[in-house]
Amino acid sequence: MGGLVYFSSRSGNTARFIRALGLPADRIPVAADAPMPAPRAPFVLVTPTYADGAGRGAVHKQVIRFLNDPDTRARLRGVIAGGNRNFGALFALAGDVIAQKCAVPLLYRFELAGTPTDIARVTEGLDRFWKTQFSTAI
Amino acid sequence: MKDFAGRPVPRAINWNRVQDDKDLEIWNRLTVNFWLPEKVPLSNDIQSWSQLTEDEQRLTIRVFTGLTLLDTIQNTVGAPALMPDAVTPHEEAVLTNIAFMEAVHARSYSSIFSTLCSTAEVDEAFRWSEENPHLQQKARLILDEYDATSQPLKKKVASVFLESFLFYSGFYLPMHWSSRARLTNTADLIRLIIRDEAVHGYYIGYKFQRGMERLSAAERQEIKDFAFALIFDLYAIECRYTETLYDPLGLSEDVKAFLHYNANKALQNLGFENLFPDELCRVNPAILAALSPNADENHDFFSGSGSSYVIGKAVATEDADWDF
Repeated sequence: MGGLVYFSSRSGNTARFIRALGLPADRIPVAADAPMPAPRAPFVLVTPTYADGAGRGAVHKQVIRFLNDPDTRARLRGVIAGGNRNFGALFALAGDVIAQKCAVPLLYRFELAGTPTDIARVTEGLDRFWKTQFSTAI
Repeated sequence: MKDFAGRPVPRAINWNRVQDDKDLEIWNRLTVNFWLPEKVPLSNDIQSWSQLTEDEQRLTIRVFTGLTLLDTIQNTVGAPALMPDAVTPHEEAVLTNIAFMEAVHARSYSSIFSTLCSTAEVDEAFRWSEENPHLQQKARLILDEYDATSQPLKKKVASVFLESFLFYSGFYLPMHWSSRARLTNTADLIRLIIRDEAVHGYYIGYKFQRGMERLSAAERQEIKDFAFALIFDLYAIECRYTETLYDPLGLSEDVKAFLHYNANKALQNLGFENLFPDELCRVNPAILAALSPNADENHDFFSGSGSSYVIGKAVATEDADWDF
């Protein structure tokens, strides 16, 4: 299994999603001056979306800071994005932006803190994903 | 000289000393998203409107009148009622923006009416909104919680339920028409309202969660019990309201799935767990597609709808923020 890294602001939706997954995960700090996690193994990033009406600013600054480290980026294997369908075409846009910028697959999108169906799909999906990743890596 | 004792020092708001970053984040989000109904070419829907049956037209006007009532309450009572409880001056400023945008929303429905409908039809619908027992009942239930004597966190619960739950029996209809290529410009306007309500529900829910952190476990439980009791009451009214409106079109069960789905999202905004199981929240895919058009063009991997990994397509980003 690879790792999980997530960002969640103080509204806590993504943190609740991660807690429901029940998998070990490192949190990107909210405070700009706090130390960043530095994953040593392949990982999947879970992040909410913060876009304005035009799609600007979809990825939180702290997530950008985290991904600005080339070693971190090299270990990123996929992204799971939170959002709200109320934002229309921009739903979970952070996932699209990161997938495109970092050339990794967008693995899943969920709303707010997710539903039991989301948790089941992501649990099963991550398990399958890491098996494929590690079998092709050898 | 006049004695100033007794009155606290009036303080100017300093946006360069923000105690809660969320205030600035939401202020920026709301101000960038500002819009007016004149931006939407509603007159392009005149032909489409004429193709609806008389019953469909009457239903649409009534639904929009019901939405106007909720926006009016939020504009004149709901958002202002939260201001005395604000913990930062910036929160107060954000609430003034929320209050004003609710006035814009309420005003938008009248723009739709003046573009598409006759005065007599609209007057009839406003009379209907004053006489419909379910609409009046839900409005009164919320207004009771907005009373100045109410506990601050209970006001926030009522506010989030209005913003994130009560609107959706109404929002369903323009999404339904839009999924059938009817009233598509009107749907564009409604989507702007839906977007704003999402930010309002999120922000007030966030402030609610901060307030809960300051309470004892027993007090938190009391507020949570109150919230679930209130959503049960509102849900019962919403079901009856939905049936009276949508039974003739055979859509009530479809609308209820949308209600369950949005009730859960309202509870999540407050930091609570879902009330309705996923089986009851299977929203018609056509409605979800109308809510977030094009959002599902890129299928994600775990949903199994795509044949392979899909890398996101090119999107606008701020390169300055994203300089590897």
